[in-house]
Amino acid sequence: MQTHKTIIRDLKPKKFGKRDTIWTISLIVIILIGLVAYIDQLITGQEVTNMRDYALWGIYISNFVFFVATSFVGTVTVAILRLTNNSWRTPLVRIAEIISVAAIIMAGITIMIDMARPDRLLNLFIHARLQSPITWDVVIIPTYIVISLLLLYFPLIPDFAILKTHFKKKEPKLSKFYGKLALNWTGSKAQKLLQEKSIRIIAIMIIPVGLLLQTIDAWLFSTTYRIGWDSTNFAPYFISGAFVAGVGALVTLIYIIRKAKRLENYITDYHFDKLGKLLALACLIYLYFNINEYVIPLFTAKKGELVHLETLFTGSYSILFWAVTIIGLIVPIIVLLFKKGRKPNTMFVIGLMVVIGSWWKRFVIVTPTLLHPFLPIQGVPESWRHYFPSLHEWLITFATLAMAFLIITVCVRYLPVIPIQRTIDEMEASEANNKNTES
Amino acid sequence: MEDKNKSSRRKFLDNGLKLGIVSAIGGLGLSKITSKLNASNVDSSGEKMELMTTDGTLIQVDSSEVMEVTHAKEHDKKYNVREGNPNRKFVMVVDLAKCKNALKCQNACNKHHYITGENAWLKVYKMQEEKDTAPYWMPMMCMHCDQPACVTVCPVDATFKRKDGLVLIDNERCIGCRFCMAACPYSTRVFNWGEPGQEVTLNMDMTHHTPSPEHAGMPSIKGTVDKCDFCPHAIDNNELPHCVTSCPNGVFYFGDKYEDTVTNGDETVRLSQLLEDKSGYRLMEGLGTSPSVYYLPPVDRLVDFEDGLKDFKEFESVEPVSPAEKPE
Repeated sequence: MQTHKTIIRDLKPKKFGKRDTIWTISLIVIILIGLVAYIDQLITGQEVTNMRDYALWGIYISNFVFFVATSFVGTVTVAILRLTNNSWRTPLVRIAEIISVAAIIMAGITIMIDMARPDRLLNLFIHARLQSPITWDVVIIPTYIVISLLLLYFPLIPDFAILKTHFKKKEPKLSKFYGKLALNWTGSKAQKLLQEKSIRIIAIMIIPVGLLLQTIDAWLFSTTYRIGWDSTNFAPYFISGAFVAGVGALVTLIYIIRKAKRLENYITDYHFDKLGKLLALACLIYLYFNINEYVIPLFTAKKGELVHLETLFTGSYSILFWAVTIIGLIVPIIVLLFKKGRKPNTMFVIGLMVVIGSWWKRFVIVTPTLLHPFLPIQGVPESWRHYFPSLHEWLITFATLAMAFLIITVCVRYLPVIPIQRTIDEMEASEANNKNTES
Repeated sequence: MEDKNKSSRRKFLDNGLKLGIVSAIGGLGLSKITSKLNASNVDSSGEKMELMTTDGTLIQVDSSEVMEVTHAKEHDKKYNVREGNPNRKFVMVVDLAKCKNALKCQNACNKHHYITGENAWLKVYKMQEEKDTAPYWMPMMCMHCDQPACVTVCPVDATFKRKDGLVLIDNERCIGCRFCMAACPYSTRVFNWGEPGQEVTLNMDMTHHTPSPEHAGMPSIKGTVDKCDFCPHAIDNNELPHCVTSCPNGVFYFGDKYEDTVTNGDETVRLSQLLEDKSGYRLMEGLGTSPSVYYLPPVDRLVDFEDGLKDFKEFESVEPVSPAEKPE
């Protein structure tokens, strides 16, 4: 009983300290600044961006692709590790689910920021045409939001019941809030059976939906004639890229949350070691598809394609291209192969490199292709031949990233980031196991 | 009993036969009367006429049965902007051998579509395939493809393909996602990044004007896509598109593929003959977009290339309207 109490005390949501409050307020400030920039964009038009007729998509789209990719972490860690019975996932899944929800919600918002006429949003439903990949996105993103929310919520129900009783005396308001969310959970056998079954169904469902989400995201590009996008390799390339981005984000955030909430006893070096192996696997798969995407075409590249590849390898985008490839992919693979490289502190740095690399990687996918149309760029101002985001674009993009962090922060504040009930169950099971072996 | 049966059966057959004959004669007479009522030239001359049905097979009809029909006017009333002119298929031929980059086409296009942005819809590219071949000028407009990549990806059907070959944009439906621009391999679409400001810079009164896909740029709308529309507003008045009429060198031919005729205003030629004689081609045929714009190769190129260079503007395709030039 004593251990139960310590577990609940350690894992229950705690009030913000000074540091957390400053963090949250600065996030809100960044969001507000971005909101002002967005309102200005609405009034003046997308003139405020540095996008023009050739670079017609910019960081709004690459940021959108990044969010979509990051949301894949829910599918990978939660569903796949669950179905493959990897028990080390227990203290990590909740955070993965939270990241997944935050990222996919922000993906939906980011794509609307890129729309020049958000006032005509309803046209997407009134005049929807099934043959357009954007319509597929309109279908798949809300579906993924719903499934991700359910995957976050179902395992939370027993924890809500525990928190309801825990906060009964000290904070009756909070207790009532948790009580509502707990849906009269008593922990009876029938309830447990039902919950177990529901989670399994959702975990199986999220796999095809998650794969489809990444695939449709890739098809947004590969359904055009553009050199660099018109690739049959794009869907698996995007799926493996999402695997990398998602696990990278998970590693980074787990390290921060572990530090902030002092969860060193629950998230141990063992978990980081396992996560490191998973990230190494993800990076290796991504490397394979990168070779398919950039190296093999060199052999048969037509004129236009060769120009595109040369821009990436030695031309104006070479610094960025090699930076994201080396920092975001090759260095992590090398470091993660060693056991010392999978210690928490190194893992945090590697995770950060992977996440930042993933973000810029999307920029390298979107922009260079647009600046290499089939016909030469002529008759437009010199500035239209290049693209680098404007201040408005940066402010709005930072605001979307801050909003994702804010969703995660609020979830961390009010939800137990490590499943309480499951941790108790597993501890009991292992204790029982120990007793069995002793006797 | 048997006898009685037999006789009744005979009677029945007898009556039936009579009735049959009477009705046959009656029917014949009736049909004769109605045909006489309908036909204007009454005499059944026995003369045969050869006619062609709508699907193209030859048939023979008695000349007495041929009559004039008045044109059904309802067709015109049911005109649908998204369907276009029935039984037409508009095409353009650009003779690159004649183009000297006079840019009159671009000026006329900018003027008649009230273009205020920095990117003209009709551009004249300076093209050069190899270092040791002479350059040439290539006017580019919307290709009005029969397999338009832009239409395929539009999520809201704002850009659409008409039966008469035109690809147009409904600027009141466009959501500004720019997917069509990404999809177009000819980079022909332009975007209204900001307020087009035609009222201010061109001193236009747009208040009483309802926008139509048939006159792009009238007005341009912020946050939507614009492009060359093959000037259906001119076609409706039996006029040629503005680029065709303004070209001093007769580069542009416009016409109807079904009629197999194109004209540049001065001469009218058979489309198929022209394409065959001068080896016409279409841009990026390999992509399968099947454009409605044909090019005639730039023959007689000179290596020391000077023609039209004085009009070559590196950065400016739409002349900025200074306040002094504003029409009153």
